[in-house]
Amino acid sequence: MGRFLIKRLLNMIPLIIGVTFLSFLVMSLVPGDYMSSLKLNPSISPEVIHQLEAEFGLDQPLPVRYLKWLWAAMHLDFGISLAYRVSVVHLIGARALNTVILAATSMLFAWLLAIPIGIVVAVRQNSIWDRVLSFLAFLGMSLPNFFLAFLMMYFALRTGWFPIGGTVSIDYASLDPWSKVLDRAYHLILPVIVLGSSGMASLMRLMRSQILELKNSDFVRTARAKGLSERVVIYKHVLRNALNPFVTLAGYGLADLLGGAALVEAVMNLQGLGLLLLEAVRSLDIYLVMGSVLMGTVLLLFGNLLADIALVAVDPRVDFSSTDSA
Amino acid sequence: MSTAAVIPLESAHAGTDRRHFATALGREWRLSSWPVRISVICLALFYLLALASPFFAPYDPTLQSRQLPDCPPMGLHLTPPSEWSKGLFFTYPMRMGDPVERKFTLDRSQKIYIHFFERGHLFTTDPATPWFMMGSDALGRDLFSRIVYGSRVSMSIGLVGVLISFSLGISVGALSGYVGGRVDNLIMRWSEIEMSLPSFYFLLALAAVIPPGLGSAQTFFMIVAIMSFISWAGFARIIRGMVSSVRSRPYVEAARALGAPMSRVLMRHIIPSVLGYAIVAATLSVPGFILGESALSLLGLGIQEPAASWGNLLAQAEDVQNLMRYPWILIPGIFIFLAVMSFNFLGDHLRDRLDPAHSM
Repeated sequence: MGRFLIKRLLNMIPLIIGVTFLSFLVMSLVPGDYMSSLKLNPSISPEVIHQLEAEFGLDQPLPVRYLKWLWAAMHLDFGISLAYRVSVVHLIGARALNTVILAATSMLFAWLLAIPIGIVVAVRQNSIWDRVLSFLAFLGMSLPNFFLAFLMMYFALRTGWFPIGGTVSIDYASLDPWSKVLDRAYHLILPVIVLGSSGMASLMRLMRSQILELKNSDFVRTARAKGLSERVVIYKHVLRNALNPFVTLAGYGLADLLGGAALVEAVMNLQGLGLLLLEAVRSLDIYLVMGSVLMGTVLLLFGNLLADIALVAVDPRVDFSSTDSA
Repeated sequence: MSTAAVIPLESAHAGTDRRHFATALGREWRLSSWPVRISVICLALFYLLALASPFFAPYDPTLQSRQLPDCPPMGLHLTPPSEWSKGLFFTYPMRMGDPVERKFTLDRSQKIYIHFFERGHLFTTDPATPWFMMGSDALGRDLFSRIVYGSRVSMSIGLVGVLISFSLGISVGALSGYVGGRVDNLIMRWSEIEMSLPSFYFLLALAAVIPPGLGSAQTFFMIVAIMSFISWAGFARIIRGMVSSVRSRPYVEAARALGAPMSRVLMRHIIPSVLGYAIVAATLSVPGFILGESALSLLGLGIQEPAASWGNLLAQAEDVQNLMRYPWILIPGIFIFLAVMSFNFLGDHLRDRLDPAHSM
C-alpha cells in the first residue's frame, strides 16, 4: 500500500507538468494579451505598459515564462492576477470554497437520494415504480444542467420563494454566525437541485443495474438457501458488493461536478471558481487562468487517488501494488 | 464478444438487395420500444430542419421587425369556411402598446393569413406582418426561424465531432494496443495527460484562443477541433484495452501466420471486433458535443451573433430581466433537451442490440 501510494504520487508530477504546460501554451496562443487592451487606452503611456510587461514577465519568451511560473508555483506563489491586482492564491482561495461547498453538497444530495431509490427500484424490478422512475431518470440525465438552471431561475423569479442567483445576501456581512449559515444554505437550495439531479439520475441507473446483476449470482443464491431473510440478503450481501463502483465514482464524480458547477455558476451568478475562471479567460488574465486550471487538475488527480485508496480499503480483492496502475 | 451481433447489420449492408435492407430496418423498428421510435423520429425531424433550413424557416433568420421586439408567441386560429380561399389558418397581429414596458396587445380588427408553400417556404406570411409562432428576440427576429437555422450548428457538431474524435481514437487506440511496447507507452502517457485536464476549464481556456473576428463556419470547426481534442483520449484507451485483449486470440494469430500485413490484420480482423462497442459509444458521445457547443455559445465563447445556434439563442436568458419578462426565449433549451434525450435513448437501444455485454 505504501509503495503504491508513493508510485501514484510520483506519477502525478509529470501529469501536472504536462497539463500546466499545455494550458500555458494555449494561453500564449491567444491573439493579444491582457496588455493589448491597455495599449488601446490612450491615457496609459507606453512606458507604463513596458514597465507592467517587465513586472509580469510578459516580454520574455514562452519557455522562460513557463519555467519561471513553475518555479514560483512550486513555492506556492501563483503570481498576481493582472486584472484584480491581488495574488491569485487569495482570489482562488475565496472562490474555491464556494465551489467546493456547492459540489460537495450536490454530491451528498445526489447520493442520499439515488442509492435508496436505486435499491427500491431494483428490488421491485419491472414494477410500475421501476418503470416510471427509470424513465424519469433517463429524462433527468438528458436535461442539460444549464437549461435546468434557467428553469430554476425562472421558478425563483416567478414565485419569489428562493433567492435569484448569488451565493449570499447583500447584508451577509452584518449577520450573526448562525444566520450566515442559514443564509448560505438558503442560497444553495436551487443550485444543489440543479447540480445534484443529473448526477442522481445516472447514479440511480447504475445502482439499479448493479443490484440486478448481482441478484442472480451464486453467493446470493447460497445466502437465500441458508434461509436468510430477503432483507439480510439484499442489505448485507448484495448491497455491499454493489457499492464498489460507487467508491470509484466518488472521486471522479467530484471532479465532474467541479466542471459542471462552472456552467451553473455562470448561469446562476454564483461566486465560485468557474465564474472566476470564465472572467479570467475573457480578460486574458493568464496567471489567474493558470492558477484555476492547476487547482482543477490537482482536485481531479487527488479525487482519483482518494477513490483508488478507498477502493483498496473497501474491497480486499483489489490490489494495486502488484500491477502497474493504469 | 460483439462480433456475432454485428453480423446481421453488415450482411444487410453487403446485400445489394434493397428490399432485404428495408425488411431489416422494419424488423429493427418493430423491435424498438416507443421511446426509441420517438427518438428516431425526433432526430430525423431535426436533421431535416438542418438540411432544409431555408424551406422550414418561415422567415430569414436575420430579418428584424423593429416594431415587434421581444414579442410573445402568437396564437394560431382556424379560418372560418367562408375565408378558406385566403388561407386555412390565421393569427391576429400584435401591436406594441408601450415601447419601454414592451407590453403587446392583440389587434383583433385584422387577420394575418398563413400561406403554405409560398416563396420557397413550408409556411410563411408577408414579412411585413410576421407570425412569431415562438415569439421574437430583442431585435424583433423570429425565434422559430432562428431555431431552425441554429439546428444546423447543433445537429452537425455532434456528427463532425464524433467522426473526428472516433476515427482518431480508433486508429490510435488500435495501433497502440496492437503494436504495444514503447509506442503504446508513449501514447498512453499522453492520453493520461489529456484525461487529467479539468475538461470544462480547459475548454474555456481553449475557446479563448479562437480569434474574435473569425466567421461562423471557421468558429464552428475550431470548436469541433477543440472538443475532439479533449475527448478522443478516453476513447482511445478503451479501444486499446479491447484490442490488446483480442490480439492474442487464435483468429488474429492465424491471420498473421498467413502473412497478412499489419494494416490488413487491423482493418479486417481487429477493428471489426470492437466496432459494436464503438458505434454505441459514438452515439452516446454525441450529446456531449451538442452540450459543449451550447455551453460555449451560451457563455459567448462559441458561435457569435448574428449566426444562430441553440446555445447562443439561450444567451439572452442570462439576463434575469429578460428571463422574467420574456420566458419564451428558453424554447431553444427544449430543442437541446430533445436532441440530447433522443441520442441517449438511441445509444441505449443500440447497446442492447450491438453490445449486450455492457447493457444496463
